[in-house]
Amino acid sequence: MAERPEDLNLPNAVITRIIKEALPEGVNISKEARSAISRAASVFVLYATSCANNFAMKGKRKTLNAGDVLSAMEEMEFQRFVAPLKESLEVYRREQKGKKEARKDKDKKADSEEQDKSREEDNDDDDERMEEEEQNDEEEVDN
Amino acid sequence: AEMAAARLSGTENRLVSLPLSRIRVIMKSSPEVSSINQDALFLTAKATELFVQYLATYSYKHGRGKEKNALTYTDLSHTAEECETFQFLADILPKKILASKYLKMLEKEKRDGEVREDHDEGEEEEDEDEA
Repeated sequence: MAERPEDLNLPNAVITRIIKEALPEGVNISKEARSAISRAASVFVLYATSCANNFAMKGKRKTLNAGDVLSAMEEMEFQRFVAPLKESLEVYRREQKGKKEARKDKDKKADSEEQDKSREEDNDDDDERMEEEEQNDEEEVDN
Repeated sequence: AEMAAARLSGTENRLVSLPLSRIRVIMKSSPEVSSINQDALFLTAKATELFVQYLATYSYKHGRGKEKNALTYTDLSHTAEECETFQFLADILPKKILASKYLKMLEKEKRDGEVREDHDEGEEEEDEDEA
C-alpha cells in the first residue's frame, strides 16, 4: 500500500460519538482505545473495499456497487450487518430520490425565472411563458 | 423519511454520521478500485459505523481489563487476538508487553539461531509482502 493507515483517518469527534452511543452510559473510553478504534475503522474500510472490489471484478465490472459491498460483509464474517445495511439503504435511496425531485423542481423554477428576465429584455410574447410567469409571481414571494 | 432515518440510527438525526467524502478518500486509496457507485459509498460508510459499534461493545463485554467501567486499549487488542472475526486487526492492535519481556524474547530468538520469516515483531525495516 502506498499510504499508511494512519494517513487515512476518520474524524475523531464522530468516532467518539459512535462509540459513546454504543456503550452503556458512564463507561469511559481511554484516548488510546479511541484512537485504536479509529485506526481499526480505517483498516475496515480498506479491507471491505478490497473485498468488494473482488466481487466487482468477478462480475467484470469496474464500478463497485451496493451488492458488492453486501457480499463483502458476508465474506468478512459480518453477516450481522447485512440486514440493517439493507434497511438503511432503502431509506437512503428514498432520501436521494426526494432530493433529486426537489432539485428538479428548483431547476424548473430557475429556468422560468431566467426566461422571465430575458422577457423583460426582448419583450417576446410566448403563450407558454406567460402561463409560467403567472405562477412565478406567486413563487417568487416564497423566495 | 427523516423520522425513519432517526429511528434507524438511534439518537442520531442523520442516516449516517461518518463523512462520505472521507470514506471515499480511503476507498480510492486502493489502487485497484476504479469507481464507486453512490450506494456502495453509503453502504461502506454505514457498515463502518456498525463496525465501530460492534468492535467497541464486543471488546467492552469480553475485555479482561481491570477496569469495569472503561474501555481500554488492552480490551481491544484482546479482541483482535482472540476473536476470529477481528483477526484482521491483529497487526494494528498488537499486545503491549513489558520492554524487559521483549528483550528477553529477542535474546531467546537469537540463541535459537533461526530466522523465522513469518515473525517480524518489532522489526520495522522489514516489510512483509502481502500477496
